[in-house]
Amino acid sequence: MDDRKSRIQASNVVTNALTIAYFVFALFPVFWILLLSLKPDEQLFTTYFVFDPTLDNYKTVLGLSGGTSGIPFARFFVNSLVISFGAVAIALVVGVPAAYAAARWKFRGSESLLFTLLSFRFAPELTVIIPLYVIYQKLGLFDSYVGMIWVYQLIALPFVVWILRSYFQDLSPELEQSALLDGYTRIRAFFLVVAPLVRPGIAAVSLISFIFAWNNFVFPLILTASDAQTVTVGSLSFLGGNKPNYNFTAAAALIAAIPPLILAFSIQRYLVRGLSFGAVKG
Amino acid sequence: MSATAAPEQKERQVRTVSSRRRALRPYLLVLPSLLLTIGILYPFGLGLFYTFFNYAAATPIPDFVGLQNYAAIFSSPEFWQSAWVTLRYAVSTTVVETLLGVGVALLLFRGSMAGRVLERVLIVPLMIAPVIATIMWSLMLQPTVGVINYLLSPLGLGGVEWTDSPRGAFLSAVLIDAWIFTPFVALLALAGMRSLPRDPFEAAAVDGAGYWFTFRKLMLPMLWPYILVAVIFRFMDSLKMFDVIYALTRGGPGDSMMVLQVRGYQEAILYTNFSVGLTYTIVIWAAVFIATRLLVGVFGRAQARAAGP
Repeated sequence: MDDRKSRIQASNVVTNALTIAYFVFALFPVFWILLLSLKPDEQLFTTYFVFDPTLDNYKTVLGLSGGTSGIPFARFFVNSLVISFGAVAIALVVGVPAAYAAARWKFRGSESLLFTLLSFRFAPELTVIIPLYVIYQKLGLFDSYVGMIWVYQLIALPFVVWILRSYFQDLSPELEQSALLDGYTRIRAFFLVVAPLVRPGIAAVSLISFIFAWNNFVFPLILTASDAQTVTVGSLSFLGGNKPNYNFTAAAALIAAIPPLILAFSIQRYLVRGLSFGAVKG
Repeated sequence: MSATAAPEQKERQVRTVSSRRRALRPYLLVLPSLLLTIGILYPFGLGLFYTFFNYAAATPIPDFVGLQNYAAIFSSPEFWQSAWVTLRYAVSTTVVETLLGVGVALLLFRGSMAGRVLERVLIVPLMIAPVIATIMWSLMLQPTVGVINYLLSPLGLGGVEWTDSPRGAFLSAVLIDAWIFTPFVALLALAGMRSLPRDPFEAAAVDGAGYWFTFRKLMLPMLWPYILVAVIFRFMDSLKMFDVIYALTRGGPGDSMMVLQVRGYQEAILYTNFSVGLTYTIVIWAAVFIATRLLVGVFGRAQARAAGP
């Protein structure tokens, strides 16, 4: 019995040690980038862990102090906000009715529409973006909010339709049936009975699509130049040039990483379902 | 129930719309999505169409060339080199992430003290944009300010030029990809483990079955559908991976990391050979499509097997 107990204890130690080892690997980069972003220029090449921390890099990157990085990162941040928010808003307006219809009615073409949307999730984006690059230049949509919000539907719409459909399917149709019997119209039944019940799903899907829109890199890389450029492309341009500023780059990367992280923590419970497109309910 | 609800009858009549309008209702609801979808399919169709022309900035009025672009690509060594790197990259990342992810899920499933505390931050790498994650790792692997060589130097391994050799660039990219996406596999596998029935495991424990035996013979077969969903997502995504590789070395050093997506980008956007670049992306699209079909078939069989006879 004693032997068994010590074996269990030993295996607990091993489990804890391996778990900690993995999380050191997972979190160390973020920790070290934070250090690098606080490092003053003079100590950039001379120390690794001990230095006099300063917020100057953040101030310069965001253009708050006299100094400038030459890259309008604060504007890129606003662009990312506007474009991601616009993309999610349109995807919700367009996608919620479609998700509801696909969950409640069997009708011709619904399967093909759903499959097409799913294929967007797996299709290489470049096949769509290269022709769009040509079309946008002709239409004047290149490097514009409208053009970006439009192309981001490629990410946001499949998320909204697929994930919300699985939430609607979880609700019994009898809910609406009884509301209809109580004299509600379909539309009132939807807004007063169904919508409140799927509100967590709608919130989760909005935030997930927002995160993926925010994190996208290929669309703004090809379809913007400066006016509508986003933080992902902006951060990478800090590494370009002859004399890259490593501490500015670190500050920019952290600023770009913070919004999706905050949103992700607020919907952690719903993430598995969202990330697997409703395939795993979590 | 509805037929006998007499008091509601009057209201029901008022509410009743013609059956024709009712049949149209789902179509009205999906119409906006359908229009948007067509709006996205149009450039896709146009892209496919252009692959049969010699469209480029140099030839703005293109000629029909039939299958010449495809023939040219399939007979060029660059394409096969790209296809080979793409495949090696996709297989390596998927294997590493699946093994590590299931391992992490097993650790967290045991509910150790460290696991309970750290599970909350499992999603951190996954929620940082891949390109941002790559920037972070580039800084860490950077030979002068980077911290990795500093940490390795006590082991006598300092001074590694991580991304300057083809082998180093490949390993760095796989490492970064694994850093980002291992949590994805772990999350799905963990959700799967927590949804499994408990009785068989208790029975196995009573019978004195060992940990590995229980894992291999009991948990793994029931877990397969979850793992396969993760594998499908990871394999498809890494076949078309662009962000990590582009941000790390732009496909270099030399041509060594020119995966199909990056080469398609280079041809279409940098060299403005739109048709050639598009042909690359159509080939990836076809590969992803075929691989999805195959893996979804495997998934269906695994799910049937996990559900039991």
